Amino acid sequence: MALMPIAVLALGAILPTYPLRILDFVLLYAMLGMGLNIVVGYAGLLDLGYVAFYAIGAYTYALLASPQFDLHLPFALILVIGSALAALAGVLLGIPVLRLRGDYLAIVTLGFGEIIRVLMNNLDGLTNGPQGIARIDEATILGWRLESPRDFLFLLVGLTSLVFLFVWRLQESAFGTALAAVREDQDAARGCGIDTTGVKLIAFATSAAIGGLGGVVFAAMQRFVSPESFTFWESLSIVLVVVVGGLGNPFGMVLGAGLLVLMPELLRAYADYRQLLYGIALVLIILARPMGLFRREYGPSWLARKLIGA
Amino acid sequence: MATILQQIINALTVGAIYALIALGYTMVYGVLRLINFAHSEMFTAGAFVAVAAAGVLGGIAGHPGIALLAGLIAFVAIGLLGVSVELVAYRPLRNSSRLAPMLSALGMAVVIQNVVMLVGGRRPLIYPSFLPRGVIQVAGAIITYKQITILVVALVLMVGLELLISRTSLGVKIRAVAESAETASLVGINPNLPIALIFFIGPGLGAVAGILYASYYGVATFSMGFIIGMKAFTAAILGGIGSIPGAVLGGLLLGFIETFATAWMPTLTHGVIGTQYRDIFAFSVLVLILLFRPSGLLGENVSEEAMVYKRDF
Repeated sequence: MALMPIAVLALGAILPTYPLRILDFVLLYAMLGMGLNIVVGYAGLLDLGYVAFYAIGAYTYALLASPQFDLHLPFALILVIGSALAALAGVLLGIPVLRLRGDYLAIVTLGFGEIIRVLMNNLDGLTNGPQGIARIDEATILGWRLESPRDFLFLLVGLTSLVFLFVWRLQESAFGTALAAVREDQDAARGCGIDTTGVKLIAFATSAAIGGLGGVVFAAMQRFVSPESFTFWESLSIVLVVVVGGLGNPFGMVLGAGLLVLMPELLRAYADYRQLLYGIALVLIILARPMGLFRREYGPSWLARKLIGA
Repeated sequence: MATILQQIINALTVGAIYALIALGYTMVYGVLRLINFAHSEMFTAGAFVAVAAAGVLGGIAGHPGIALLAGLIAFVAIGLLGVSVELVAYRPLRNSSRLAPMLSALGMAVVIQNVVMLVGGRRPLIYPSFLPRGVIQVAGAIITYKQITILVVALVLMVGLELLISRTSLGVKIRAVAESAETASLVGINPNLPIALIFFIGPGLGAVAGILYASYYGVATFSMGFIIGMKAFTAAILGGIGSIPGAVLGGLLLGFIETFATAWMPTLTHGVIGTQYRDIFAFSVLVLILLFRPSGLLGENVSEEAMVYKRDF
């Protein structure tokens, strides 16, 4: 397990720029998938507007480190601010919705994703409208300038590993057990004295924070953000990462992200059919393998037990 | 005064269309306790199928009967599409978690939207009007025949639906399954038929709404269902999801809120909040209802507490 990041790093040292960029995006999507998985896989709720939190993170970096307002805060600080803002948005959105039945969350987040895009498009004074924000600062972290896709690969390997450890330990914690209880039977969970609304709210906010984190990295990587990057299709792709990879299994997110990022690259000639294929894949996977390619049981804890046992 | 009357007419027209779509959401929710994510695409597909049907029949301009027939074809075709969505995305998953059917229905929505895009084209389609031309003036307000027809069609369909649900034996079965599928099957009602019927009527009404909407605005795009679906769902929640009169009330109310907010907000806020935020009004309404009265105006209780007593199937 610990070999995987090392293997990716070794690969990163030898690959040319174009595959490196793809690898960067695989890791970024794996990270987003792990974040969304907290809501979809652990809590069993559907969030169709995850891209909103990603957008909040990206615009946080774009606004606080660009000539737009002539602010140039350090990257590490914005990583914190971006995820905090996304978490705050998650809490504010979650309060009215999470008291209710789970399916309300799906439609409200769907709407929220769209609303954020409308705001980004129209708040010209703040976000520069549809033109987006360009000439975003180069990210520097502890004196290390992130210039090339290779630098970002190192950063992303680090961040994704941290997020991986975090979501794994979250799943195994008392909080993770509470989430599983809410997912399996909300009434029984309440009977056990679990504050179901509170648990769902924390899960939602944590997931949003990881989305915001991903957004900051995305903005630093592209050094340009515009509302176009944050459509519903982006949310759907991240949902697919979770569903394809395996609901509730962080390993699955790496596989799901790999498939979701590589497939469109390989099928460039059929770009018109991409979303159609996404739709068909979603239906087929849910019907044939509702838990995704990696089942929940075969998560990190299972592997750890295997390794110790062997 | 004339402007207010004009706004009322406009609000009623838009509201009637929202109400027609909201009926589809609320009926599926009433029976399955699930949101039909594919419903918004029925609206779009209906508008496109009707144009194609009219083209085959020899063009819309020829005879008003062709418009009617094309509308009927769209109703039946989209109704069957709805039934097939139920067969593929809902029926096999009836006993699984609540997450699974939502995802499969979402997949179906994506498939339908992309088929419409690939067949109908990416660019907005200049939509031929299925509705009669002409205007009448009442107290300074201009009422188009289009608006009158939309209101009449919506009213006829709603009354028809109400009669079907309240007066026929099929309606009794639908209500029985909505109350409790398990109990209904104990008294010999096979829940599959009422559920299939719901998935026929709802999308059919959605298709008609699509034709009315596209004729009213003169344009149809493959992605137009997204926002309209959102608004119709808001209308269904506003009226109380699961309630048929609620969907109609919610649709009309949302039409009014949206029309008047769009008309007055720019003046009230001195241009800070402009008409480009029209879509945000509906969403704010949704969040506010969920915050203060999640059961809507005429609906059942949907809070967590209620779930203890009323289990879903």
